[in-house]
Amino acid sequence: MDFFTWCMIVAGFGMSVAAVGCGISQSLGIMRSVEGIGRNPGAGGKIMTTMMIGLAMIESLAIYVFVVAMIILFANPFTDIVVKLTSAAAGVK
Amino acid sequence: MIHPFLFLDWLSEQVNLHLGSHVTYAWLVMIILIVLAFLTSRQIKERPSGLQNFMEVIIDGVENFMEENMGPKGKRYFPLIGTLAMFILTCNLIALVPGAYPPTANLNTNMAMALTVFGATHYVGFREHGVGYLKHFMGPILVLAPLVFVVELIGHIARPVSLTLRLFGNMWGHEVVLMIFLALLPILVPIPMMFLGILVAFIQTFVFVLLAIIYISGALEEGH
Repeated sequence: MDFFTWCMIVAGFGMSVAAVGCGISQSLGIMRSVEGIGRNPGAGGKIMTTMMIGLAMIESLAIYVFVVAMIILFANPFTDIVVKLTSAAAGVK
Repeated sequence: MIHPFLFLDWLSEQVNLHLGSHVTYAWLVMIILIVLAFLTSRQIKERPSGLQNFMEVIIDGVENFMEENMGPKGKRYFPLIGTLAMFILTCNLIALVPGAYPPTANLNTNMAMALTVFGATHYVGFREHGVGYLKHFMGPILVLAPLVFVVELIGHIARPVSLTLRLFGNMWGHEVVLMIFLALLPILVPIPMMFLGILVAFIQTFVFVLLAIIYISGALEEGH
């Protein structure tokens, strides 16, 4: 298949896998922290702060994948090489 | 994928000043913060009210948070942490003003701040412990020191990279999604994204400042 087709497939697929991992991990964190707040409503503020920090940390992993997907789609360093190679091949043919 | 219209970019075109948009908007944020500080410190009253009250709330919040996580030795790093907090918060919030571009949506601003925190960590470590700061990288068992040194080095280099990319990804991703929504359906759909943008602005500031505090306090504490 085409180089650019693969680029799009990889970007979309990678991002969805990252979203799955991120979703499951964040839901585990929220589940336990909500349980903790239910058990000890007085510590609610501290638990929520810690939960927010944990969520932001886990979110950042999905954001790394997003940045890589954006680089593949919009700032691909191999685009020029591929365009030159395919136009050379088409020219020779 | 380009912003439709940026106010300061148009202004700098008129004056033929070819700077990146993140530089001009960072200047705008700096001017806002300096004017705010100047206006607050005009008449410092014993019983604060209005703007002075607001700024005292912010400063107290940051300082208490720092003391809780860093201990008493950390008080002297309050200017660095406070500046980072206010600068990043204002940069992130400017993203919501139409016609403005957040400087933190560009890798350069974020990398500058992350490298500052990285440099501050090691400066603090060397100033506090002298050459014994290298013992932090050796680990508990001396025999394994070369292996642990490599692992700690990689961990330390991952810190500014992760700080940069986290803030960049959040801010730039938000801008990209907003632009796509505006291209698709500009009537009412971007509004929930802008609410998310406010939330993300505050949370990302908090996480950046918290990580800076943790790194500096890690360099301050006693090694193994």
